[in-house]
Order: sequence, then structure tokens, then C-alpha cells
Amino acid sequence: MIQYNSYTLSNGLKLLVHEDASTPMAVVNILYNVGAKDEDANKTGFAHLFEHLMFGGSINIPSYDEPLQRAGGENNAYTTNDLTNYYCILPAQNIETAFWLESDRMLSLAFSKKSLDVQRKVVCEEFKEHYINKPYGDIWHKMRDLAYDVHPYKWMTIGKELSHVENATMDDVKNFFLKFYRPNNAILVVAGNVDTKNIIQLVEKWFGDIPAGEKYSRNIPTEPKQQQAKFLSLKADVPLDALIKTWHIDARLNKGYYAADLITEILGGGNSSRLYQALVKEKQLFANINCFHFGSLEPGLLTIEGKLTKGVSIDAAEKAIEEELIKLSSEKIQQQELIKVKNRTESIITFEDISIMSRANNLALYELLGDASLVNKELERFQEISTEDILAYAQTIFNKNNCSTIHYFSN
Amino acid sequence: MQNRTIAPNIFDAIDFNLTLNPYQHFTLDNGTSVYTIDGGTQEVLHIEFVFYAGNWYEEKNIVAATTNYMLKNGTTTKNAFEVDEHFAYYGAYLNRYCYNETSTISLHSLSKNLPHLLPVIAELITDSIFPNEELAIYKKNQIQQLAINLKKCDFVANRLIDEYVYGFHHPYGKYTSTLDYQAIERDELLAYFKEYYTNGKCIIFIAGKLPSDIEQLMNTYFGSLPLNPNKTFNKEYHLASATTKKQFIINDENGVQGAIRIARKFPTKLHPDYTKAQVLNNVFGGFFGSHLMKNIREDKGYTYGIHSFIQNHIHETAWMISTEAGRDVCEATIEETYKEMDLLNKELISEEELHLVKNFMLGSLLGSLDGPFQIMPRWRNYILNNLDETYFYNSIATIKNITAEELQVLAKKYLNPEDFYELTVI
Repeated sequence: MIQYNSYTLSNGLKLLVHEDASTPMAVVNILYNVGAKDEDANKTGFAHLFEHLMFGGSINIPSYDEPLQRAGGENNAYTTNDLTNYYCILPAQNIETAFWLESDRMLSLAFSKKSLDVQRKVVCEEFKEHYINKPYGDIWHKMRDLAYDVHPYKWMTIGKELSHVENATMDDVKNFFLKFYRPNNAILVVAGNVDTKNIIQLVEKWFGDIPAGEKYSRNIPTEPKQQQAKFLSLKADVPLDALIKTWHIDARLNKGYYAADLITEILGGGNSSRLYQALVKEKQLFANINCFHFGSLEPGLLTIEGKLTKGVSIDAAEKAIEEELIKLSSEKIQQQELIKVKNRTESIITFEDISIMSRANNLALYELLGDASLVNKELERFQEISTEDILAYAQTIFNKNNCSTIHYFSN
Repeated sequence: MQNRTIAPNIFDAIDFNLTLNPYQHFTLDNGTSVYTIDGGTQEVLHIEFVFYAGNWYEEKNIVAATTNYMLKNGTTTKNAFEVDEHFAYYGAYLNRYCYNETSTISLHSLSKNLPHLLPVIAELITDSIFPNEELAIYKKNQIQQLAINLKKCDFVANRLIDEYVYGFHHPYGKYTSTLDYQAIERDELLAYFKEYYTNGKCIIFIAGKLPSDIEQLMNTYFGSLPLNPNKTFNKEYHLASATTKKQFIINDENGVQGAIRIARKFPTKLHPDYTKAQVLNNVFGGFFGSHLMKNIREDKGYTYGIHSFIQNHIHETAWMISTEAGRDVCEATIEETYKEMDLLNKELISEEELHLVKNFMLGSLLGSLDGPFQIMPRWRNYILNNLDETYFYNSIATIKNITAEELQVLAKKYLNPEDFYELTVI
């Protein structure tokens, strides 16, 4: 059970405080309600580039990192398709340093030209390192683009192409900041060896005078229901053929999401999972195979991705996957198997909760979803799923008209 | 209005009273040592069985890693699927890892499920059978994975730089080819397993919320196994470092980046320079605010990240710089790296910077002493290196007291470009 207190400032900044006296540290986590899905289709990768610029100095403080390091702190940030999250951990006595730094960059960035010039290059190197210079590195660019027709999940957070990042201008940066980086579009979570009353006072002191912005109302297109199977075949300089298939699933808080999550465990959770056992061990059609989803807040994708054993035809491999999906959509799983995947899920959640960073992060995420208290109901939501639910949901999603497939051939 | 140009007062990390919480220790009936740290907020624990069964002891390439990998792939009573199914059913995560001197079996589990899991781990240690069919699948898939990895410049560079520093016949410098995988025989695995696991030396580390009868539980399942805590090892290797210092390799004609590795030999943890060098390493390339990051990423934008670190080996170590940089700026990246070495040789770092680095190191040390899951890996590292808490307290004193002059002396001793191996793989 994660206990917390909540408080809202007059400028709309939402504050959650989670006290844990067992640690000497404190975490300050700020989530901004903006992700790659809020980008213009011709200026993709911008939310992530902007995340880099948040470290390039703010209006009154030339360097974000140095004062934090001097206070014994460390920090990082990440951008997803749904959100941008900044967090730092430091000795609890020095927490005010984090508020000083975070509030100043929420007040205004320095908008340094040098920082923009350098970070464009840094992000391009990041793009190359992870998505160009790696075998199969472009597979998710292709798959997102295939699976989504209109929804901005169509592109990855790193951006569609290098040129989008290269062409970002200072005006883009300023507009983005004013539109999204306002207190009323942020959630601040403080966790660790802290006292709520003291934290509220400090947060009022540092964040209270930051003006609210215009309320951002998200208006992004809904992905229409997929009507027919989608398919793409391509060739690349890779050693093994690869097969990747996705199916649309429900949004984060829907019951279907929980069923989909358990289905990924049944199919791909560890070496006793169905796909590994049948396709890697018994039939030996794949060198490896995975089943996963990204935890997207809006309707996401359940994915099966594998590299084929040399010499196996992609049709045979695909047929074997389909047989497993037919099995899951036609026979109720045994109670024992459901208990197994629920136990694995319970373990993951319990282990995650060890770290205060992860607790702070999760509180911010559920607050973004509308209610921080959901953080304590997650396990219940999984427990409610029955073998009938799994069967029904497998039937709903594993339909060929809901599926996108890429055959990724070795040259 | 708040005056935002003035930083709030900070509590100086140099004044922190850092203490390393002790472990508990008990010995099983067969003499095996068990180290425990009880605590935490969640009902979970982590057990690590550390065997002296790393690649240091193998006679033939990849036998140690394969034996370790296949510990889960079948016993006389359970096939690979049944082993995995058992741990998964109890929501437990069983992993195994092979290093140079040691290898491990690692269990993450809810504390309540321990009695269901320990007997099966005992079975894996005494009764694994390494079925031929499992070995065949393993070989085939490893060879295919290797083919994918060899396409990656960073993978290729990591293998080669270790070879240059230690030599291909040293456990730290060797790596695996398709032929090595093909040559593994089941009998070799069985023999290695008997000698280094079933009858080997094992040390057990447990952290988390421990059941009150943990000592009895462990003794029941492991106290009568034929483990040999007094086993001695006397295998020695000689370093055979490369004679050519600079290498440039094109692994992928179309590569858009190069993996750069720059490395030199360095003394082990037991050397008086080791902790001091950790401070110098932080200044040089050890964290986000280091000279390498500030210059090569934050000023020039040549790379997404550049880091330096001292390898955590027991017998020999190396000081290494690692980055992936744009293909057309690889040369410039190397040049700037040497420039930064040179600056540390020639100029004293400022008191302000030294203060920042000390505080950063002590702050992150404080964070790394937070709870049993964080503390145990530190203890394990000490115990496996025959060190104790005096090492910890001496290290802290060194960090707190080191001067800019001492760092400069160290830079002159260790950060000389001509002593480094330099490799670029496109």
C-alpha cells in the first residue's frame, strides 16, 4: 500500500507527497502531460528533443546539473509517446535545491541557441545509435507506421526521421514550452524522508508564483477500428529473417488492457511461456521470440516478434504462431496457468515498489490517468480477470483484420 | 518574489556520516557460508548462490558459460520446461550469470514462497543432466545470436579492446566464435558441473525480508550437499597485451557511427591508488558532469554519451573510455579525449569542481546504502575480493580528503595517451 497526501496549488500544479522515513533520500518527480503523441506530424521527435533542452539552463540558473550534483543529487528524464517525466534523487536534507532548480525551469528556460544547436546533434547521434546503426533498428518505425493510420502513435518518440530533429527552430522550442510546460499541465510527486507540511510550504515558496498557462485540451485523432489485415515485406542487411505482428488492444485503464497484459505473459513471459516452449524449444522454428506491449495510455499494440531459425520459411513460422493464437482463442486456459501469470505479475509489482523512485513515478502516472489511488488497486484489477475473460479477449483481438504483419527478410 | 538567482543552502555531503550496515553470517553443516541482510518494506527477497565457476577455470572456451546457462535445462526428475514452470508458478525469477572468476544462480522471490523453491535449486546444483537435445538448441540459437551481435560495432569493439589489453588467452580477453559453440560436448559440461558446482565452492548471499527460520531452511536444503567450502584454486594466467596500440576496423561499410574504445591496464582494488583513481575517473568521464561529457557531448554534440570507468575485475583491471560517435567525428572525438587527459596532467582542477565531485560521489554513495537490496551487492563485492568494512571507511576518507594536487599526480601517472590502446570500429 503506497500512502500519499495530495495538494493543489492555485496555479493548478498538482502535488503528491509520499512519506517514507526508512530512507535517507528524497525523490522529486515532475511529470509533464506531453508526449510524442502531441507532436505535429511534420515535426516529430520534438517532445524528446525538448526534454534534452530542459537541461540547457533556465532563466535564472545557468546550469541545472551542477547545483544538483553539488547537493549530492542525480537526475534523469525520459519521454514516451504519452508523457515526459523528470526525476531526481538526492539526500533528503537537500530537497530544496531540487525545488529551486525544477521551479526555475518551469518558470522559464534560458532558450540558449548553443544548447539547441548541440542537443540537435546529440539527439541525432542517439537516433543513429539506437535506430539506424543496429540490425533491425528500424523495425518499430515501420511497424508503428503500418499499424496506425491516423493516431500519432504512428511515430516513435525519437522522431520519424533525422531531418525533423535537425530542422527544429528556437520558435518551435518557445511555443512548445509555453503550451505544455505550465504548472497546470504538470504533476509533482515528492517521495522519501520528507514531511508533508514542510514540503507544501517549500513547494508554495518555489512554485506558487509561476503563472498558469492556458489549459491544454488534447485533440488528437482516434484510430478507427482496423478493417483488414495490413502487411509489409522488406529486406535489410541482417543475418536472420524476422517476423513481427501486432494487434490493437484497449487503453490503459480498460479491463481489456489487463487481460491483454496477462495474455502477453501467457504467450511470452519467460521460458515456460507458450510461444517459447512451442516455437523455440519444440518446433525450433525461432531462435528467439517475444510477446509484449508498451503500456500505452491510449489504445496500444500487443506484439509478437521473433527471429527465425536459419532455413525456416516465414510462412511456416507464421502458421505456427497462428496455431498458438487459435489455441488461446478457442480453449479456456487452465486455472493453474492463470494463477502462474498472476503470481508473476504480483511479483513484478512488489519488486517495483522497493524503490522510492519507482513509487514516485507510479504515483505520477496514475494521477495523470485521473486518480493516484489507482496505484494501490492495480493488483486487484489483475486478480479480477478470469479464464473466461482471457478467452473472450483473445477472441476479440486475435482476429486477422485487427493484425499488422511485417516480414523482415535477410538480404 | 523569490530571489531565484541564489541557491538554497545545502547540507554538505562531506559532513554525512555514512555507515555501512553490517551483514549477519551463519555457516551450514557442510561449512558453506551464508551472508544475510534482513529488512526492507516489501515481503520479497533475493538469494544469490555464488560459485567459483567462472571462465577462469575452464580449459576450453565457453564451457563455463554454457554450464551455467544450462543449469535450468533439466534434471533427472524435471525437464527444462518443468523447471521453468515451477519457478514461474510461484512468481519467482530464477536467473544465472557467468562472470570471470565466479558464476551465480540468482532467485528473486516473494518471501513466503521460499520453501517451494529452495529444494528445486538444490536439485539444480546436484542433479542437472545437460540433455543433448537442449545443448543442440542452445548451440544453434547462440550461434544465430552471435551472427546478429557481430553486426553491431559496439559488440565487436567490446570484444577486441579486452583482447588488446589482456590477450586472447586470458579469461578477461577471450571471446567466442561459432566454432567454439560447435565444439562443446555434453561430457565437458557434466565434468565442469560436478567439479565447480556440485562439489564446488559456493557462497550464499540473501537480502530482503527474511523468514524467521531462514537458517534452518537453508541448512535443510543446502547443508548436506557435497559442496566444498575449502576448495582451493591455483590457476594463474599471464597477460599478453597487444603490441599495436592503435586499431581501426570497418565492420559495416554503411555504418553511420563508430564504436570507440580507449583503454589501459590498471591496478586492482588492493592498490593504494584505486580509490583515488575513482575520484579522478569521475572528474574525467565518470558522470554526467565529467570533462568528457561536457566537452564531447554537451559542447560538441559528437555523441549521445561518453563514459570512462575502471573495470571491476579481481585479478587485473583496465581503465576504459567508451563511446559511440558519428562516423565523421570519430577522429575528432579521440583527439578531444586525449586533450582532456592532457589538461588533467597540466592543470589543477578547481576547488569548486573538486567539491562538487566529492559531494556527488558521497551523495550517490548515500543512495547506494539505502536498504538491503542496495547494500548486499557492495558487501558481496568486498567479500569476494577479501575486503571488509575498513575498505569502505578508507574509501570514504579518501574521497573526503583527496586534494587537487593528488589528482594531478595520478593523472600524470595514469592518464597518458601513449599508454592507451585505441580502437575504432565502424
